[in-house]
Amino acid sequence: MLTGNGAAAWAARLAEVDYVPAFPITPQTEIIEALAAWFAEGTLQGKFVTVDSEHAMLTAAGAAAATGCRVFTATSSQGLVYGLEALYTVAGWRVPLVLVNVSRGLAAPITLEPDHNDVLATRDTGCVQLHAETCQEVLDSVLMAYRLAEDPWVRLPVIVNLDGFYLSFTREPVVVPPVDQVRHFLPPFVAYHAEFRASRPLAQGVAVLGGPLYSHFRHQQHLAARNALTVHAEAAADFADVFGRAYDVVERHRLEDAEYVLVMAGSFATKAKAAIQALRAEGRRVGLLRLRMIRPWPAAALGTALAGRRGVAVVDQNLSPGLGGILFQEIAATVLHRPDRPGLLRSFVGGLGGKDLSLGEFRHMVEALERGRPEECPDGPELLYTEADWRQVQPLLKLAQAPEARPAGPRPRSEEATA
Amino acid sequence: MKTKREFIHNWKQLPREELLAPGSPLCAGCGGLLALRLLLKALGGNIVVVNAAGCLTLLAVYPFTPLRCSWLYTTMGSAAAGAQGIRDALDVLIAKGRLPAAEDLQVVVVAGDGATLDIGLAALSGAIHRGLDFYYLCYDNEAFGNTGFQMSSASPLGSQTATSRPSAAQAAGTRQHKKDLFAIWQAHRPPYCATLSTADPVDLADKVRRSTQFRGPRLFTALATCPPGWGYDPSQGHRVAKLALDTGIWPLKEAVQGQLRHTYIPDRCRPVEDYLRTQRRFQHLFAPQRQDAVLHQIQQAIDSYWEEVMLREAPGACGKMD
Repeated sequence: MLTGNGAAAWAARLAEVDYVPAFPITPQTEIIEALAAWFAEGTLQGKFVTVDSEHAMLTAAGAAAATGCRVFTATSSQGLVYGLEALYTVAGWRVPLVLVNVSRGLAAPITLEPDHNDVLATRDTGCVQLHAETCQEVLDSVLMAYRLAEDPWVRLPVIVNLDGFYLSFTREPVVVPPVDQVRHFLPPFVAYHAEFRASRPLAQGVAVLGGPLYSHFRHQQHLAARNALTVHAEAAADFADVFGRAYDVVERHRLEDAEYVLVMAGSFATKAKAAIQALRAEGRRVGLLRLRMIRPWPAAALGTALAGRRGVAVVDQNLSPGLGGILFQEIAATVLHRPDRPGLLRSFVGGLGGKDLSLGEFRHMVEALERGRPEECPDGPELLYTEADWRQVQPLLKLAQAPEARPAGPRPRSEEATA
Repeated sequence: MKTKREFIHNWKQLPREELLAPGSPLCAGCGGLLALRLLLKALGGNIVVVNAAGCLTLLAVYPFTPLRCSWLYTTMGSAAAGAQGIRDALDVLIAKGRLPAAEDLQVVVVAGDGATLDIGLAALSGAIHRGLDFYYLCYDNEAFGNTGFQMSSASPLGSQTATSRPSAAQAAGTRQHKKDLFAIWQAHRPPYCATLSTADPVDLADKVRRSTQFRGPRLFTALATCPPGWGYDPSQGHRVAKLALDTGIWPLKEAVQGQLRHTYIPDRCRPVEDYLRTQRRFQHLFAPQRQDAVLHQIQQAIDSYWEEVMLREAPGACGKMD
């Protein structure tokens, strides 16, 4: 039995990483504590160093990777966005490393429990991004992440995301493979990229002047990220051969005959699977499409899986205020031009800051799809919030004496306001 | 009074080898570039320069560089962390036998005063605290030079920058004294830290050479004369840098394993006005009206600094202005 944090640390250990720069943040800290202990006792050879911030941590991680080490690091939430500049930077250096993010909602208000606004803030950095649903998948994804990152056609940092609390602190049965088996799947790191050597002076990370040159390197980054799709297919096949567990860029759960499909990422997909079992018992043909890879965007796999469905509900565990769910936009863009696109595509936002997604909410979403296009607010996202949530929050607002004078909710039009 | 040199005694002993070739997009007369050139000479070869955003970032513009050593541009705030990653990786690879020791590099951070004292102070403090084995060169041109000379926390009292222009409300221009980088470094107890001046290349090279005996953070801050930012003709760079020494506004000193000493103690400091008058950034202190209060404050700070130095390092000597 391992927690998600334990699984992440074990994966780094099995990958025999050379270097771990670290900075503590809840709920990730256990990962670096475990690694610190393993380096200290000599189980892992190399260096563990606690640095002064995530910005420094990611810079050091990238610089060490540029010098030829296999690098692992981990963070969460505020730490991830604190290091965001460095993440763009090291992705631009085209260096391989693996970063585990333990998802946690972003401040303010500051909280500890998960949603995906943190990891989706890194969506455009050029990093490859994998999302795990279970503790086993955390371990497996980190191992696969090194194959993606270190492939000469990719050479990009890979972020493996797991949800705080739901995975980070939850023990699940996890198969920890022997290191020999892992070496068979993941050979020792050979740095195909530029390295710093006395015999070969070399400038890396240099400035460019002018749009055409900048665009060239940005385009290369895009193409490299796209290559991760091909490499993932190969790595997944090898992984299945060696370990007997098969992964794809998306998981298709009970989709064979599904009329209605929920699209989700992360550990809350487990809640969806339980709900699907209950809803199917009621005679509803519902399935789940779980996004494992979010960058590069698995457009083909996604478009095919959603083709011809009567209705699709995208459940975003994130919120872009003023727009709605982030992944909904990407899925809508993916299916728009397909003649076989789903009959209905709806956007739901739920699970923010670790808020539960109840069976009632899943039933509500499926019923909404069954009803078809809504009269009211057909394009707006629906923010999931239950009576039970409201009952829990109301007394707290009252206790805090939330000022009546501070307007809340939608603003009335000015003529209504003055009327 | 100059202290005795240990390794480099005169100009002839400066290494001939150039690690910084002619030709760069930097301004004519850049003091920061000269400081880097001298530092690299003193260090010899096998160097990787880790850079923070600033004027010297233009030393590597794809696909050109005048540097005969390696280079990594990081970000504005994390060059010291970049140095950490490279140093650690080289150590790990050598220890694991994946890299011959002959391929090892000296890691040198090159950053401006804004990247050192403002945005990158935490990363630098962390690297020193961890005892990172590296060199750090701050080229202090006393403002954010590359973006057009805005105020940094190294901008001296009374100087004009693009964001601290003299006005009715703020006649002095910059109202604060500059942060004392050397004192911040000293408080971290590194094996070696020093101030440098391009006006005294022998002192500069001697200090750099001396620092190579130690492991850990070796930290240098050089007054980097800046023709466009400070407002003087590029041909006058040496004169301006020399006046900074002779007026005592830029002391030359070092702390070896915590032991502080000044490597140049002016027998008699020239009035600071001699230095200030050479530069456009201080012109508002003299015209249209002379700002006696500000001038006095600047002079006062210098005087009391040297009084303290005299008491500590040369009791009995006369280094004080009349």
